[in-house]
Amino acid sequence: MPITAEPRHLDARYDVTVVGAGPAGLAAAIAARDQGAERILLVDRDAEPGGILRQCIHSGFGLHAFSEDVTGPEYAHRYVERVLERDLDVLTDAYVTDVTREHRVKLMSPTTGVTTVDTGAVVIGTGARERTRAQITIPGERPAGVMTAGLAQKLVNLHGYLPGSRVVILGSGDIGLIMARRLTLEGAEVLGVFELLPHANGLSRNVVQCLDDYDIPLHLSTTVIDIHGHERVERVTVAPVDEDLQPIPDRSRDIDCDTVLLSVGLIPDAELARQLQLSLDQRTGGPVVTSTYETSLPGVFSAGNNLHINDLADWVSQEATVAGAAAADVALGRTRARQDIAVTPGTNVRYVVPHTLSTDLTQTVSFRVKQPIYGDTIVRIGEAHRRKVRAVVPAEMVTITLGPRLLAAYAGETLRVDAVPAEQAEDAGTDGATDRDGAG
Amino acid sequence: MAEHTDRSTAAPQGEVETFTYLCTGCPLGCRLEVDAVDDDVIEVRGFTCKKGERYGIQEHTDPRRAVSTTVWLGSGPMARLPVRAAEHVPKDEVMAFVQALRGYLVEAPVTCGDIVAEDVAGTGIDLVATRSVAAADDLTVVI
Repeated sequence: MPITAEPRHLDARYDVTVVGAGPAGLAAAIAARDQGAERILLVDRDAEPGGILRQCIHSGFGLHAFSEDVTGPEYAHRYVERVLERDLDVLTDAYVTDVTREHRVKLMSPTTGVTTVDTGAVVIGTGARERTRAQITIPGERPAGVMTAGLAQKLVNLHGYLPGSRVVILGSGDIGLIMARRLTLEGAEVLGVFELLPHANGLSRNVVQCLDDYDIPLHLSTTVIDIHGHERVERVTVAPVDEDLQPIPDRSRDIDCDTVLLSVGLIPDAELARQLQLSLDQRTGGPVVTSTYETSLPGVFSAGNNLHINDLADWVSQEATVAGAAAADVALGRTRARQDIAVTPGTNVRYVVPHTLSTDLTQTVSFRVKQPIYGDTIVRIGEAHRRKVRAVVPAEMVTITLGPRLLAAYAGETLRVDAVPAEQAEDAGTDGATDRDGAG
Repeated sequence: MAEHTDRSTAAPQGEVETFTYLCTGCPLGCRLEVDAVDDDVIEVRGFTCKKGERYGIQEHTDPRRAVSTTVWLGSGPMARLPVRAAEHVPKDEVMAFVQALRGYLVEAPVTCGDIVAEDVAGTGIDLVATRSVAAADDLTVVI
Protein backbone atom coordinates (compact mmCIF):
# COMPACT_ATOMS: atom_id res chain seq x y z
CA MET A 1 0.00 0.00 0.00
CA PRO A 2 1.50 3.31 -0.99
CA ILE A 3 1.61 6.18 1.44
CA THR A 4 -0.14 9.25 0.07
CA ALA A 5 2.56 11.41 -1.42
CA GLU A 6 0.37 14.37 -2.28
CA PRO A 7 -1.68 15.64 0.62
CA ARG A 8 -5.26 16.04 -0.57
CA HIS A 9 -6.47 19.08 1.36
CA LEU A 10 -3.57 21.50 1.23
CA ASP A 11 -5.76 24.18 -0.36
CA ALA A 12 -8.61 23.71 2.06
CA ARG A 13 -8.26 22.88 5.71
CA TYR A 14 -7.19 19.91 7.78
CA ASP A 15 -9.00 18.93 10.96
CA VAL A 16 -5.85 17.71 12.68
CA THR A 17 -2.20 18.12 11.68
CA VAL A 18 0.31 15.91 13.46
CA VAL A 19 3.97 16.96 13.48
CA GLY A 20 6.26 13.93 13.62
CA ALA A 21 5.45 10.33 12.62
CA GLY A 22 7.24 8.46 15.42
CA PRO A 23 5.37 6.50 18.08
CA ALA A 24 3.57 9.65 19.28
CA GLY A 25 2.51 11.01 15.89
CA LEU A 26 1.40 7.65 14.51
CA ALA A 27 -0.82 6.94 17.53
CA ALA A 28 -2.20 10.50 17.60
CA ALA A 29 -3.16 10.43 13.91
CA ILE A 30 -4.90 7.06 14.26
CA ALA A 31 -6.80 8.20 17.35
CA ALA A 32 -7.88 11.46 15.68
CA ARG A 33 -9.43 9.49 12.81
CA ASP A 34 -11.09 7.00 15.16
CA GLN A 35 -12.57 9.94 17.06
CA GLY A 36 -14.26 11.17 13.89
CA ALA A 37 -11.87 13.66 12.31
CA GLU A 38 -11.90 13.27 8.52
CA ARG A 39 -8.97 15.29 7.27
CA ILE A 40 -5.76 14.35 8.99
CA LEU A 41 -2.24 15.26 7.92
CA LEU A 42 0.75 13.43 9.37
CA VAL A 43 4.08 15.14 8.62
CA ASP A 44 7.58 13.74 9.10
CA ARG A 45 11.00 15.05 8.12
CA ASP A 46 12.37 11.57 7.40
CA ALA A 47 11.80 9.62 4.16
CA GLU A 48 9.34 7.27 5.85
CA PRO A 49 7.26 7.16 9.02
CA GLY A 50 8.40 5.35 12.18
CA GLY A 51 10.77 7.86 13.74
CA ILE A 52 13.50 6.53 16.01
CA LEU A 53 11.72 3.15 16.23
CA ARG A 54 13.29 2.38 12.84
CA GLN A 55 16.76 2.23 14.35
CA CYS A 56 15.71 0.58 17.63
CA ILE A 57 16.07 -2.96 16.26
CA HIS A 58 16.05 -4.56 19.73
CA SER A 59 13.00 -6.11 21.39
CA GLY A 60 11.20 -4.88 24.50
CA PHE A 61 8.54 -2.89 22.70
CA GLY A 62 4.81 -3.59 22.73
CA LEU A 63 4.48 -5.36 26.07
CA HIS A 64 1.74 -2.89 27.04
CA ALA A 65 0.42 -1.89 23.58
CA PHE A 66 0.17 -5.41 22.14
CA SER A 67 0.80 -7.70 25.15
CA GLU A 68 3.66 -9.05 23.05
CA ASP A 69 7.41 -8.44 22.95
CA VAL A 70 8.34 -6.95 19.56
CA THR A 71 11.24 -4.97 18.10
CA GLY A 72 11.14 -1.23 17.33
CA PRO A 73 10.69 -1.66 13.54
CA GLU A 74 7.89 -4.18 14.12
CA TYR A 75 6.20 -1.79 16.56
CA ALA A 76 6.38 0.98 13.95
CA HIS A 77 5.15 -1.40 11.24
CA ARG A 78 1.99 -2.21 13.20
CA TYR A 79 1.14 1.45 13.72
CA VAL A 80 1.94 2.40 10.12
CA GLU A 81 -0.37 -0.38 8.92
CA ARG A 82 -3.16 1.16 10.99
CA VAL A 83 -2.43 4.57 9.47
CA LEU A 84 -2.62 3.09 5.97
CA GLU A 85 -5.89 1.28 6.71
CA ARG A 86 -7.36 4.65 7.62
CA ASP A 87 -6.13 6.32 4.43
CA LEU A 88 -4.63 9.33 6.23
CA ASP A 89 -2.47 11.87 4.38
CA VAL A 90 1.17 11.22 5.22
CA LEU A 91 3.74 13.73 4.02
CA THR A 92 7.35 12.56 4.42
CA ASP A 93 10.60 14.39 3.64
CA ALA A 94 8.74 17.40 5.01
CA TYR A 95 9.86 19.87 7.63
CA VAL A 96 7.49 21.99 9.71
CA THR A 97 9.19 25.35 10.10
CA ASP A 98 6.53 27.21 12.00
CA VAL A 99 3.12 26.88 13.63
CA THR A 100 1.23 30.08 14.30
CA ARG A 101 -1.05 30.73 17.22
CA GLU A 102 -3.92 30.63 14.68
CA HIS A 103 -3.04 26.99 13.83
CA ARG A 104 -1.43 27.73 10.49
CA VAL A 105 1.27 25.15 9.89
CA LYS A 106 4.10 26.27 7.64
CA LEU A 107 6.04 23.40 6.08
CA MET A 108 8.35 22.59 3.21
CA SER A 109 8.99 19.43 1.23
CA PRO A 110 10.26 18.46 -2.23
CA THR A 111 6.71 17.71 -3.42
CA THR A 112 4.87 20.69 -1.92
CA GLY A 113 7.55 23.36 -1.80
CA VAL A 114 6.99 25.91 0.95
CA THR A 115 3.34 25.92 1.89
CA THR A 116 0.96 26.80 4.70
CA VAL A 117 -1.74 24.46 5.98
CA ASP A 118 -4.74 25.64 7.96
CA THR A 119 -5.76 23.17 10.59
CA GLY A 120 -8.34 22.88 13.36
CA ALA A 121 -5.90 21.37 15.84
CA VAL A 122 -2.20 20.49 15.99
CA VAL A 123 -0.51 17.60 17.78
CA ILE A 124 3.21 18.07 18.39
CA GLY A 125 4.97 14.71 18.33
CA THR A 126 8.53 15.82 17.65
CA GLY A 127 10.20 13.58 20.21
CA ALA A 128 13.48 14.36 21.90
CA ARG A 129 17.10 15.17 21.22
CA GLU A 130 20.09 13.57 22.87
CA ARG A 131 22.22 15.60 25.22
CA THR A 132 25.60 16.12 23.61
CA ARG A 133 29.13 16.86 24.75
CA ALA A 134 28.21 20.57 24.72
CA GLN A 135 25.60 20.07 27.44
CA ILE A 136 27.89 18.17 29.82
CA THR A 137 31.09 20.16 29.13
CA ILE A 138 33.81 17.50 29.09
CA PRO A 139 37.16 19.27 28.85
CA GLY A 140 39.83 18.16 26.42
CA GLU A 141 40.49 18.13 22.72
CA ARG A 142 37.93 17.96 19.95
CA PRO A 143 38.84 14.88 17.93
CA ALA A 144 36.53 12.78 15.75
CA GLY A 145 35.01 9.74 17.42
CA VAL A 146 32.90 11.46 20.09
CA MET A 147 29.20 10.99 19.37
CA THR A 148 25.85 10.32 20.99
CA ALA A 149 24.74 6.74 21.47
CA GLY A 150 21.70 7.33 19.25
CA LEU A 151 23.88 8.49 16.37
CA ALA A 152 26.01 5.37 16.71
CA GLN A 153 22.77 3.35 16.68
CA LYS A 154 21.71 5.02 13.45
CA LEU A 155 25.13 4.44 11.84
CA VAL A 156 25.18 0.74 12.76
CA ASN A 157 21.54 -0.24 12.33
CA LEU A 158 20.48 1.81 9.32
CA HIS A 159 23.69 2.55 7.43
CA GLY A 160 25.91 -0.40 8.33
CA TYR A 161 28.92 1.53 9.63
CA LEU A 162 30.77 0.52 12.76
CA PRO A 163 31.76 3.82 14.43
CA GLY A 164 34.90 2.48 16.13
CA SER A 165 36.72 -0.55 17.47
CA ARG A 166 37.59 0.37 21.08
CA VAL A 167 34.65 2.11 22.70
CA VAL A 168 34.10 3.89 26.00
CA ILE A 169 30.52 4.80 26.92
CA LEU A 170 29.79 7.74 29.19
CA GLY A 171 26.39 7.55 30.88
CA SER A 172 24.23 4.51 31.58
CA GLY A 173 21.06 5.55 29.80
CA ASP A 174 19.19 2.79 28.00
CA ILE A 175 20.48 3.71 24.55
CA GLY A 176 24.07 3.53 25.80
CA LEU A 177 23.48 0.11 27.38
CA ILE A 178 21.82 -1.20 24.24
CA MET A 179 24.65 0.12 22.08
CA ALA A 180 27.22 -1.52 24.36
CA ARG A 181 25.69 -4.87 23.43
CA ARG A 182 25.10 -3.96 19.81
CA LEU A 183 28.70 -2.85 19.20
CA THR A 184 30.03 -5.96 20.98
CA LEU A 185 27.94 -8.21 18.75
CA GLU A 186 29.26 -6.34 15.71
CA GLY A 187 32.85 -6.97 16.76
CA ALA A 188 33.87 -3.79 18.58
CA GLU A 189 35.39 -3.93 22.05
CA VAL A 190 33.38 -2.00 24.64
CA LEU A 191 35.82 -1.15 27.41
CA GLY A 192 33.32 0.05 29.98
CA VAL A 193 30.30 2.16 30.81
CA PHE A 194 30.96 5.07 33.15
CA GLU A 195 28.14 6.57 35.20
CA LEU A 196 28.46 9.74 37.29
CA LEU A 197 25.62 8.75 39.65
CA PRO A 198 25.80 5.89 42.15
CA HIS A 199 23.05 4.02 40.27
CA ALA A 200 22.47 3.01 36.65
CA ASN A 201 20.24 5.29 34.63
CA GLY A 202 18.80 2.61 32.37
CA LEU A 203 16.35 -0.21 33.04
CA SER A 204 17.75 -3.04 35.17
CA ARG A 205 16.97 -5.60 32.48
CA ASN A 206 19.30 -3.68 30.16
CA VAL A 207 22.11 -3.68 32.71
CA VAL A 208 21.83 -7.47 32.99
CA GLN A 209 21.25 -8.35 29.33
CA CYS A 210 23.45 -5.73 27.67
CA LEU A 211 26.40 -5.43 30.06
CA ASP A 212 26.55 -8.44 32.41
CA ASP A 213 25.97 -10.93 29.57
CA TYR A 214 29.06 -9.64 27.77
CA ASP A 215 31.22 -8.93 30.83
CA ILE A 216 31.19 -5.20 30.07
CA PRO A 217 32.06 -3.38 33.30
CA LEU A 218 29.71 -0.70 34.67
CA HIS A 219 31.68 1.85 36.72
CA LEU A 220 29.28 3.77 38.96
CA SER A 221 30.21 7.13 40.56
CA THR A 222 32.85 7.53 37.86
CA THR A 223 33.08 9.93 34.94
CA VAL A 224 35.19 10.96 31.96
CA ILE A 225 37.21 14.07 32.86
CA ASP A 226 39.31 14.42 29.71
CA ILE A 227 39.32 13.34 26.07
CA HIS A 228 42.67 13.12 24.25
CA GLY A 229 43.50 12.89 20.54
CA HIS A 230 44.17 15.19 17.60
CA GLU A 231 42.49 13.78 14.50
CA ARG A 232 40.78 10.91 16.26
CA VAL A 233 40.09 9.97 19.89
CA GLU A 234 43.20 8.25 21.30
CA ARG A 235 42.34 7.90 24.97
CA VAL A 236 40.15 9.24 27.75
CA THR A 237 40.86 10.02 31.40
CA VAL A 238 38.30 8.67 33.86
CA ALA A 239 38.04 9.43 37.57
CA PRO A 240 35.78 8.44 40.44
CA VAL A 241 33.59 11.20 41.90
CA ASP A 242 32.96 12.14 45.53
CA GLU A 243 29.56 12.47 47.22
CA ASP A 244 29.09 15.89 45.65
CA LEU A 245 29.71 14.32 42.20
CA GLN A 246 33.07 16.13 41.95
CA PRO A 247 35.84 14.12 40.23
CA ILE A 248 38.80 12.99 42.35
CA PRO A 249 41.73 13.63 39.93
CA ASP A 250 44.27 11.84 42.17
CA ARG A 251 42.50 8.59 41.43
CA SER A 252 42.16 9.11 37.68
CA ARG A 253 43.38 6.69 35.05
CA ASP A 254 43.69 6.68 31.25
CA ILE A 255 41.97 4.27 28.88
CA ASP A 256 43.10 3.82 25.27
CA CYS A 257 40.12 4.00 22.95
CA ASP A 258 39.07 5.40 19.57
CA THR A 259 35.42 6.16 20.27
CA VAL A 260 33.43 7.81 23.06
CA LEU A 261 29.66 7.35 23.08
CA LEU A 262 27.51 9.67 25.16
CA SER A 263 24.35 8.33 26.73
CA VAL A 264 23.69 11.21 29.09
CA GLY A 265 20.01 11.82 28.70
CA LEU A 266 17.37 13.16 26.35
CA ILE A 267 15.87 16.63 26.15
CA PRO A 268 12.33 17.21 24.87
CA ASP A 269 12.44 18.80 21.41
CA ALA A 270 10.49 21.89 22.43
CA GLU A 271 11.41 24.07 19.43
CA LEU A 272 7.82 24.42 18.23
CA ALA A 273 6.62 24.87 21.81
CA ARG A 274 9.02 27.78 22.23
CA GLN A 275 8.08 29.34 18.90
CA LEU A 276 4.46 29.17 19.97
CA GLN A 277 5.38 30.63 23.37
CA LEU A 278 3.65 27.76 25.15
CA SER A 279 3.94 27.60 28.93
CA LEU A 280 6.83 25.25 29.67
CA ASP A 281 7.52 23.09 32.71
CA GLN A 282 11.12 23.72 33.80
CA ARG A 283 11.29 20.24 35.33
CA THR A 284 10.35 18.29 32.19
CA GLY A 285 11.58 20.78 29.58
CA GLY A 286 8.28 20.29 27.74
CA PRO A 287 4.95 22.12 27.68
CA VAL A 288 2.47 22.41 30.54
CA VAL A 289 -0.56 20.29 29.56
CA THR A 290 -4.08 19.37 30.63
CA SER A 291 -5.20 15.81 31.22
CA THR A 292 -5.87 15.50 27.46
CA TYR A 293 -2.36 16.86 26.71
CA GLU A 294 -3.59 20.22 25.43
CA THR A 295 -0.99 22.94 25.90
CA SER A 296 -1.49 26.52 27.09
CA LEU A 297 -2.51 27.40 23.52
CA PRO A 298 -6.00 25.98 22.87
CA GLY A 299 -6.02 23.48 20.02
CA VAL A 300 -2.31 22.68 20.27
CA PHE A 301 -1.46 19.34 21.87
CA SER A 302 1.83 17.73 22.90
CA ALA A 303 2.48 14.02 23.45
CA GLY A 304 5.46 11.73 23.69
CA ASN A 305 9.07 12.68 24.33
CA ASN A 306 8.62 16.34 23.38
CA LEU A 307 6.30 16.53 26.40
CA HIS A 308 8.45 14.56 28.83
CA ILE A 309 10.98 11.77 28.42
CA ASN A 310 9.27 8.39 28.50
CA ASP A 311 11.15 5.14 29.05
CA LEU A 312 8.79 3.04 26.91
CA ALA A 313 7.35 3.71 23.46
CA ASP A 314 4.18 2.04 24.73
CA TRP A 315 3.58 4.91 27.16
CA VAL A 316 4.18 7.39 24.33
CA SER A 317 1.53 5.72 22.17
CA GLN A 318 -0.85 5.69 25.09
CA GLU A 319 -0.63 9.41 25.81
CA ALA A 320 -0.63 10.30 22.10
CA THR A 321 -3.85 8.32 21.67
CA VAL A 322 -5.48 10.54 24.28
CA ALA A 323 -4.02 13.68 22.67
CA GLY A 324 -5.08 12.70 19.13
CA ALA A 325 -8.65 11.97 20.17
CA ALA A 326 -8.88 15.25 22.09
CA ALA A 327 -7.42 17.14 19.11
CA ALA A 328 -10.20 15.69 16.94
CA ASP A 329 -12.77 16.80 19.52
CA VAL A 330 -11.42 20.36 19.44
CA ALA A 331 -11.27 20.41 15.62
CA LEU A 332 -14.87 19.22 15.42
CA GLY A 333 -16.05 21.85 17.90
CA ARG A 334 -16.95 19.47 20.70
CA THR A 335 -16.91 20.64 24.32
CA ARG A 336 -13.69 20.06 26.25
CA ALA A 337 -13.61 18.24 29.55
CA ARG A 338 -13.22 20.79 32.35
CA GLN A 339 -9.81 20.85 34.03
CA ASP A 340 -10.64 21.47 37.64
CA ILE A 341 -7.82 19.82 39.58
CA ALA A 342 -4.18 20.91 39.65
CA VAL A 343 -1.38 18.36 40.09
CA THR A 344 2.02 19.15 41.57
CA PRO A 345 5.15 17.11 42.44
CA GLY A 346 5.64 16.52 46.17
CA THR A 347 8.03 14.42 48.26
CA ASN A 348 10.65 12.56 46.20
CA VAL A 349 8.86 13.34 42.92
CA ARG A 350 10.84 15.11 40.19
CA TYR A 351 7.93 15.92 37.91
CA VAL A 352 4.32 15.01 37.17
CA VAL A 353 2.51 15.02 33.83
CA PRO A 354 -0.19 16.15 33.12
CA HIS A 355 -0.42 19.36 35.10
CA THR A 356 -4.19 19.39 35.53
CA LEU A 357 -6.84 16.69 35.83
CA SER A 358 -10.52 16.57 35.04
CA THR A 359 -13.26 15.28 37.30
CA ASP A 360 -15.00 14.24 34.05
CA LEU A 361 -12.44 11.74 32.76
CA THR A 362 -10.44 8.63 33.45
CA GLN A 363 -6.86 9.75 32.95
CA THR A 364 -3.28 8.70 33.47
CA VAL A 365 -0.81 10.47 35.74
CA SER A 366 2.89 9.84 34.95
CA PHE A 367 5.78 10.79 37.17
CA ARG A 368 9.41 10.12 37.97
CA VAL A 369 11.04 9.92 41.38
CA LYS A 370 14.19 11.75 42.45
CA GLN A 371 15.73 9.03 44.62
CA PRO A 372 15.35 5.27 44.24
CA ILE A 373 13.38 3.37 46.89
CA TYR A 374 14.28 -0.33 46.82
CA GLY A 375 11.34 -1.71 48.71
CA ASP A 376 7.64 -1.24 49.32
CA THR A 377 6.71 2.28 48.33
CA ILE A 378 3.54 4.24 48.84
CA VAL A 379 2.47 6.56 46.06
CA ARG A 380 0.13 9.24 47.38
CA ILE A 381 -1.89 11.43 45.07
CA GLY A 382 -3.33 14.01 47.43
CA GLU A 383 -5.56 12.32 49.94
CA ALA A 384 -7.44 10.80 47.04
CA HIS A 385 -5.32 7.84 46.15
CA ARG A 386 -2.73 5.67 47.78
CA ARG A 387 -1.10 2.80 46.03
CA LYS A 388 1.60 0.43 47.12
CA VAL A 389 4.26 -0.32 44.51
CA ARG A 390 7.19 -2.69 44.92
CA ALA A 391 9.99 -0.27 44.17
CA VAL A 392 10.59 3.02 42.40
CA VAL A 393 13.74 4.14 40.59
CA PRO A 394 14.40 7.33 38.60
CA ALA A 395 14.94 5.29 35.42
CA GLU A 396 11.43 3.87 35.44
CA MET A 397 8.45 6.15 34.98
CA VAL A 398 5.48 5.41 37.21
CA THR A 399 1.98 5.65 35.73
CA ILE A 400 -1.26 5.60 37.68
CA THR A 401 -4.78 5.78 36.28
CA LEU A 402 -7.40 7.82 38.13
CA GLY A 403 -11.11 7.97 37.42
CA PRO A 404 -13.92 10.50 37.94
CA ARG A 405 -15.47 8.69 40.90
CA LEU A 406 -12.27 9.05 42.89
CA LEU A 407 -11.52 12.60 41.80
CA ALA A 408 -15.03 14.02 42.24
CA ALA A 409 -14.39 15.14 45.80
CA TYR A 410 -11.27 17.13 44.83
CA ALA A 411 -12.63 19.65 42.33
CA GLY A 412 -10.87 22.98 42.68
CA GLU A 413 -8.02 21.54 44.73
CA THR A 414 -4.33 20.83 44.11
CA LEU A 415 -3.29 17.20 44.37
CA ARG A 416 0.28 16.61 45.48
CA VAL A 417 2.06 13.46 44.30
CA ASP A 418 4.47 11.83 46.79
CA ALA A 419 6.50 8.63 46.60
CA VAL A 420 7.76 7.56 50.01
CA PRO A 421 8.94 4.35 51.67
CA ALA A 422 5.98 2.40 53.06
CA GLU A 423 7.11 2.86 56.70
CA GLN A 424 7.17 6.66 56.36
CA ALA A 425 3.77 6.73 54.68
CA GLU A 426 2.22 4.96 57.63
CA ASP A 427 3.79 7.42 60.07
CA ALA A 428 2.17 10.26 58.16
CA GLY A 429 -1.27 8.82 58.81
CA THR A 430 -3.57 7.41 56.19
CA ASP A 431 -7.11 6.23 55.79
CA GLY A 432 -5.57 2.90 54.82
CA ALA A 433 -8.07 2.21 52.09
CA THR A 434 -6.77 1.49 48.62
CA ASP A 435 -9.26 3.04 46.29
CA ARG A 436 -9.17 1.26 42.96
CA ASP A 437 -11.51 3.60 41.16
CA GLY A 438 -10.51 3.84 37.54
CA ALA A 439 -7.31 1.88 38.05
CA GLY A 440 -6.33 -0.81 35.55
CA MET B 1 9.38 -26.27 45.93
CA ALA B 2 8.42 -29.50 47.64
CA GLU B 3 9.84 -31.47 44.74
CA HIS B 4 13.16 -29.66 44.99
CA THR B 5 13.35 -30.16 48.73
CA ASP B 6 12.80 -33.89 48.23
CA ARG B 7 15.60 -33.96 45.72
CA SER B 8 18.03 -32.30 48.11
CA THR B 9 17.25 -34.76 50.89
CA ALA B 10 17.93 -37.54 48.40
CA ALA B 11 21.61 -36.50 48.64
CA PRO B 12 22.62 -35.80 45.04
CA GLN B 13 25.93 -37.12 43.81
CA GLY B 14 27.53 -33.76 42.90
CA GLU B 15 28.30 -30.89 45.20
CA VAL B 16 25.78 -28.15 45.90
CA GLU B 17 26.86 -24.82 44.48
CA THR B 18 25.28 -21.40 44.90
CA PHE B 19 24.85 -19.17 41.85
CA THR B 20 23.69 -15.55 41.88
CA TYR B 21 21.45 -13.85 39.30
CA LEU B 22 19.82 -10.44 39.11
CA CYS B 23 16.13 -10.80 38.37
CA THR B 24 14.97 -8.61 35.47
CA GLY B 25 11.26 -8.97 36.22
CA CYS B 26 10.76 -5.48 37.69
CA PRO B 27 12.69 -2.40 38.97
CA LEU B 28 13.26 -4.11 42.30
CA GLY B 29 16.07 -6.15 40.70
CA CYS B 30 16.09 -8.95 43.28
CA ARG B 31 19.45 -10.64 43.80
CA LEU B 32 18.67 -14.30 43.45
CA GLU B 33 20.71 -17.11 44.93
CA VAL B 34 20.22 -20.44 43.24
CA ASP B 35 21.46 -23.58 44.97
CA ALA B 36 22.02 -26.29 42.41
CA VAL B 37 23.88 -29.42 41.58
CA ASP B 38 24.77 -28.81 37.96
CA ASP B 39 21.42 -28.20 36.28
CA ASP B 40 19.31 -29.52 39.12
CA VAL B 41 18.00 -26.54 41.05
CA ILE B 42 17.58 -27.33 44.71
CA GLU B 43 16.49 -23.97 46.02
CA VAL B 44 16.02 -20.38 44.84
CA ARG B 45 16.39 -17.65 47.46
CA GLY B 46 16.09 -13.88 47.40
CA PHE B 47 13.01 -13.62 45.22
CA THR B 48 9.99 -11.67 46.42
CA CYS B 49 7.46 -12.97 43.92
CA LYS B 50 6.70 -16.11 41.91
CA LYS B 51 8.09 -14.51 38.77
CA GLY B 52 11.48 -14.17 40.45
CA GLU B 53 11.58 -17.82 41.43
CA ARG B 54 10.74 -18.90 37.87
CA TYR B 55 13.36 -16.53 36.48
CA GLY B 56 16.00 -18.02 38.76
CA ILE B 57 15.27 -21.58 37.61
CA GLN B 58 15.11 -20.64 33.90
CA GLU B 59 18.24 -18.53 34.08
CA HIS B 60 20.18 -21.30 35.77
CA THR B 61 19.00 -24.24 33.71
CA ASP B 62 18.52 -22.78 30.22
CA PRO B 63 19.34 -19.08 29.86
CA ARG B 64 18.06 -17.69 26.55
CA ARG B 65 17.98 -14.24 24.99
CA ALA B 66 15.96 -12.40 22.40
CA VAL B 67 18.41 -11.63 19.58
CA SER B 68 18.11 -8.91 16.97
CA THR B 69 20.65 -7.65 14.50
CA THR B 70 20.83 -6.34 10.93
CA VAL B 71 21.91 -7.85 7.57
CA TRP B 72 22.85 -6.18 4.31
CA LEU B 73 20.00 -5.09 2.10
CA GLY B 74 20.69 -5.44 -1.63
CA SER B 75 18.54 -2.47 -2.53
CA GLY B 76 16.23 -0.18 -0.65
CA PRO B 77 16.04 3.09 1.23
CA MET B 78 18.74 2.07 3.73
CA ALA B 79 21.77 -0.21 3.75
CA ARG B 80 20.66 -2.60 6.48
CA LEU B 81 17.60 -4.74 7.05
CA PRO B 82 16.63 -5.25 10.72
CA VAL B 83 16.07 -8.92 11.64
CA ARG B 84 15.48 -11.01 14.72
CA ALA B 85 15.82 -14.63 15.76
CA ALA B 86 12.46 -16.41 15.39
CA GLU B 87 12.81 -17.67 18.96
CA HIS B 88 15.05 -16.99 21.94
CA VAL B 89 18.62 -18.17 21.40
CA PRO B 90 20.63 -20.03 24.07
CA LYS B 91 22.78 -17.37 25.74
CA ASP B 92 26.07 -19.08 24.86
CA GLU B 93 25.19 -19.18 21.16
CA VAL B 94 24.15 -15.54 20.76
CA MET B 95 27.56 -14.35 19.58
CA ALA B 96 27.92 -17.17 17.03
CA PHE B 97 24.37 -16.52 15.82
CA VAL B 98 25.08 -12.86 15.10
CA GLN B 99 28.57 -13.40 13.68
CA ALA B 100 27.29 -16.03 11.24
CA LEU B 101 25.18 -13.27 9.68
CA ARG B 102 28.07 -10.94 9.00
CA GLY B 103 28.11 -10.27 5.27
CA TYR B 104 24.72 -11.92 4.78
CA LEU B 105 22.71 -10.19 2.06
CA VAL B 106 18.95 -10.06 1.54
CA GLU B 107 17.36 -8.71 -1.64
CA ALA B 108 14.22 -6.58 -1.59
CA PRO B 109 11.28 -6.91 -1.69
CA VAL B 110 10.92 -8.14 1.87
CA THR B 111 7.80 -8.29 3.99
CA CYS B 112 7.89 -7.85 7.76
CA GLY B 113 7.67 -11.36 9.21
CA ASP B 114 9.37 -13.14 6.26
CA ILE B 115 11.91 -15.80 7.14
CA VAL B 116 15.11 -14.56 5.46
CA ALA B 117 17.52 -17.29 6.67
CA GLU B 118 17.01 -20.78 8.11
CA ASP B 119 18.85 -22.60 10.88
CA VAL B 120 21.36 -19.83 11.59
CA ALA B 121 24.74 -21.10 12.86
CA GLY B 122 23.35 -24.57 13.46
CA THR B 123 21.06 -23.38 16.22
CA GLY B 124 17.97 -24.64 14.40
CA ILE B 125 16.59 -21.12 14.74
CA ASP B 126 15.41 -19.11 11.72
CA LEU B 127 15.87 -15.41 10.99
CA VAL B 128 12.85 -13.12 10.57
CA ALA B 129 12.70 -9.71 8.87
CA THR B 130 11.32 -7.03 11.22
CA ARG B 131 10.31 -4.55 8.55
CA SER B 132 9.12 -4.48 4.94
CA VAL B 133 11.11 -3.10 2.03
CA ALA B 134 9.69 -2.53 -1.45
CA ALA B 135 11.34 -3.85 -4.61
CA ALA B 136 14.05 -1.57 -5.96
CA ASP B 137 12.03 -0.54 -9.03
CA ASP B 138 8.91 0.23 -7.01
CA LEU B 139 9.01 3.89 -6.12
CA THR B 140 6.07 3.86 -3.76
CA VAL B 141 7.06 3.50 -0.14
CA VAL B 142 5.71 0.26 1.23
CA ILE B 143 5.61 -0.50 4.89
